[in-house]
Amino acid sequence: MQEEEYASLEQAIEQEIGIAHRLGLDFFEMRFELVPARIVYAIGAHGMPVRFQHWSFGKAYTHMKLGYDLGLSKIYELVINTDPCYAYLVDSNSLVENMTVAAHVLGHSDFFKNNAYLSGTSRQMTETMEADAQRFSAYEARYGRQAVEEIVDAALALSLHVSPHSDQNIVRWRQAQPAPALPKTPYDDLFEVPDTRPAVAHPEGPLHFPSIPEPDLLLFIAENSHVLNDWQKDVVNALRAESLYFLPQLGSKIMNEGWAALWHARIMREMDLTEAQTMDFAKLHAAILAPQPGGVNPYLLGMRLWESIEDRYDHPDRILQEAGVRSGSGREKIFEVRETENDVSFLRNYLTRDLVEELDLYLYQRVGDHWQVVDKDWQAVRDRLVSNRSNNGVPVIEVQDGDYNRNGELYLCHRYEGVSLDRLYAEKTLPYVWRLWGRTVHLQTVQDGKPVCAMYDGHRCTWKFL
Amino acid sequence: MAFTLSHEDWSLSQRGEVDEQRHDEKVREAIRAHLPEIVTEEGIILEDEEGKKLRIPVRSIEEYRFIYDRNQQPHVGQGNGSSQIGDRLGPAGQPLPGQGEGGASDQPGQNYEEAEVSLEEISELLFADWELPDLRPKQQDRVMAPRPIFDDVRKVGISSNIDRKRTLLESIRRSRRQGGTRTILPEDVRYRTWEEEERPQENAVVFAMMDTSGSMGSFEKYVARAFFFWMTRFLHTKYQNVEIVYIAHHTQAAVVDEQHFFAKGESGGTACSSAYQLANRLIAEKYPPQRYNLYPIHFTDGDNLASDNEKALAAFRQLVNVSNLAGYGEINPYGRSSTLLSTLRQIRDPRFRSFTVREQKDVYEALRFFFSTRR
Repeated sequence: MQEEEYASLEQAIEQEIGIAHRLGLDFFEMRFELVPARIVYAIGAHGMPVRFQHWSFGKAYTHMKLGYDLGLSKIYELVINTDPCYAYLVDSNSLVENMTVAAHVLGHSDFFKNNAYLSGTSRQMTETMEADAQRFSAYEARYGRQAVEEIVDAALALSLHVSPHSDQNIVRWRQAQPAPALPKTPYDDLFEVPDTRPAVAHPEGPLHFPSIPEPDLLLFIAENSHVLNDWQKDVVNALRAESLYFLPQLGSKIMNEGWAALWHARIMREMDLTEAQTMDFAKLHAAILAPQPGGVNPYLLGMRLWESIEDRYDHPDRILQEAGVRSGSGREKIFEVRETENDVSFLRNYLTRDLVEELDLYLYQRVGDHWQVVDKDWQAVRDRLVSNRSNNGVPVIEVQDGDYNRNGELYLCHRYEGVSLDRLYAEKTLPYVWRLWGRTVHLQTVQDGKPVCAMYDGHRCTWKFL
Repeated sequence: MAFTLSHEDWSLSQRGEVDEQRHDEKVREAIRAHLPEIVTEEGIILEDEEGKKLRIPVRSIEEYRFIYDRNQQPHVGQGNGSSQIGDRLGPAGQPLPGQGEGGASDQPGQNYEEAEVSLEEISELLFADWELPDLRPKQQDRVMAPRPIFDDVRKVGISSNIDRKRTLLESIRRSRRQGGTRTILPEDVRYRTWEEEERPQENAVVFAMMDTSGSMGSFEKYVARAFFFWMTRFLHTKYQNVEIVYIAHHTQAAVVDEQHFFAKGESGGTACSSAYQLANRLIAEKYPPQRYNLYPIHFTDGDNLASDNEKALAAFRQLVNVSNLAGYGEINPYGRSSTLLSTLRQIRDPRFRSFTVREQKDVYEALRFFFSTRR
């Protein structure tokens, strides 16, 4: 963008905000920043304007930048779920590109503000993460970079195994732990009274720890680890909080990107564009929505789903009419869905046979040495999409026993639902769990249809059949 | 509704670069861990191109976590409107466009990351803790070569050599003397300048001696080649000139060119003394130890004529006495016992070193044994 175009962009954004309000969008106050591409990549790699330093972000940054330098990929937008809402525009993109992106992020901001799953996320996360970053770098200065990195590496490996509902369990775990012994003093014998009380037999048999299987591995480990000291627990807890902030965005990606694409198209349609700008916009819009043979473009699938819902509720068929749907209620319906659903329910409830066929979605698999289309049944496609999005695509792994073998060992259980874990990755991840837990770690799962258990004792990983 | 559009100067932000640097360090660590395999990488040894880049699999920078086995479940893709069951989308060896985007579960199973490294980077890592073993100080005067040494400051000079610190100090002193605001005037400017110092010019000669008798196969030759490759590169970092003299021998020794040296061998018996004697003769005639740092290294499979062992010992002892370092490398993948090695072991001199290579990655150990400070 040329210098003289900044004023035009500012005017255009003002206009777009007016249109968006008229269309019914309700978003946070916006902070647009024009930045160089490499800054957008840096922020994109971290997921936040300021975050602690870690090599994995550098890896992501290198990949993104390389793609950009080679002209393979181009980042357009970066928007942060905060209030006010920060959006980063690339200063080397054209005016039309940045107008489109600005309209697009208005859609995201509306979604951030109104979707129920995102409503629990902290809107001050920039400040929180900045504070985390400062503490982490103080730990690095004090304990060494490697010591911090060891904890961060391990906690990041488990960072998707968190649950916002688990905080309430802390109290129960604390009760289950034996009370710490009081420090010995020379006067202890004065108080030495023989304990004549009968041993309390637990009413429900031996106390199980945790009493119900716990899916939040980071929280359980931070609370009950045998080895973590305070600063290490702080690192683990901070990463957990960051993860809880990012997960709802991961779980609504198709809805959110589709929503933003839907509204950028509608807003741009009402802008006064020159003929050349209209062409540029059309090209950009088509590029954003381009289908991909190997995956599902969330912008395209999401947008077509929103359009299909709106259309079906504007012109309800007999079944919908019998369910009490009024004609012309499409707009109202999509605003309701954007408030109450996430990707799993969105796909399960609204992906229709017509849409699967129209979008030409299919299932493909490795057959011999080729990727090959294996199924086109719409329900199979839908169910696959839904199960991919379930639990954000992360295998459910729960703490079954935090005192296994009565030796403080950790027994994890993979809730197998037909798809096995990647064996190599599991073997390489267990040492991270061990590093955080401090004693032998077990993982029960299913391989080749048979229940197995992997064990890592600090030296090597062994598998056995159960 | 309020909004702001700001455009600030981000040129100093190093946010991404700082993490990128951390990642690069990880990659280098991983490369260091792979050095034994890398030093005998055929791509390096056989095609010695300057600036050549190598792709090296680096596993340790993978971000491991619990994920599904991706080969077990079908993926969802999208066609252009006319896809049919049975359509082939592409070779399974590489991910399809779009595969791995849109959710954690769909990321392709990249089992390893490849890092691109240049020969210079590998050399840098490899040589980081190498040094030439304890050398006897050379008494004799050697060829002297002038070298610039910056050791003086003057008021005139060329502007690329301005000494900023001293210039500022001068300016502060003068301004204080004169009072008023501080300025930098031409008389304050100081230039660093140099003297030409005569330093001994350093030359090194490597006598690459190799048994080319019938018992030396392609593995043995490759090991020798890889060793000489890195040794020469290393010596280049220490000396201005490094010459290599290739001596091939069976029962007789001859100076040959590099190509011939590594080419397929001849048949016949082996008398190692012939090579040592030739090296001794060359030293006497062409490479006086007063002027040259001498590095005779001999590679053989140790299958020497028993009657030759005593002669070989005498000749090798003579070599050790004039050399900076004399090496005997026995390439012995089958663990045979060798009479030559036990004979040569009678030489008690820190400049003599011998080692046995059993497999390809021992080349790295051999190099470390010779040159590392952390042996």
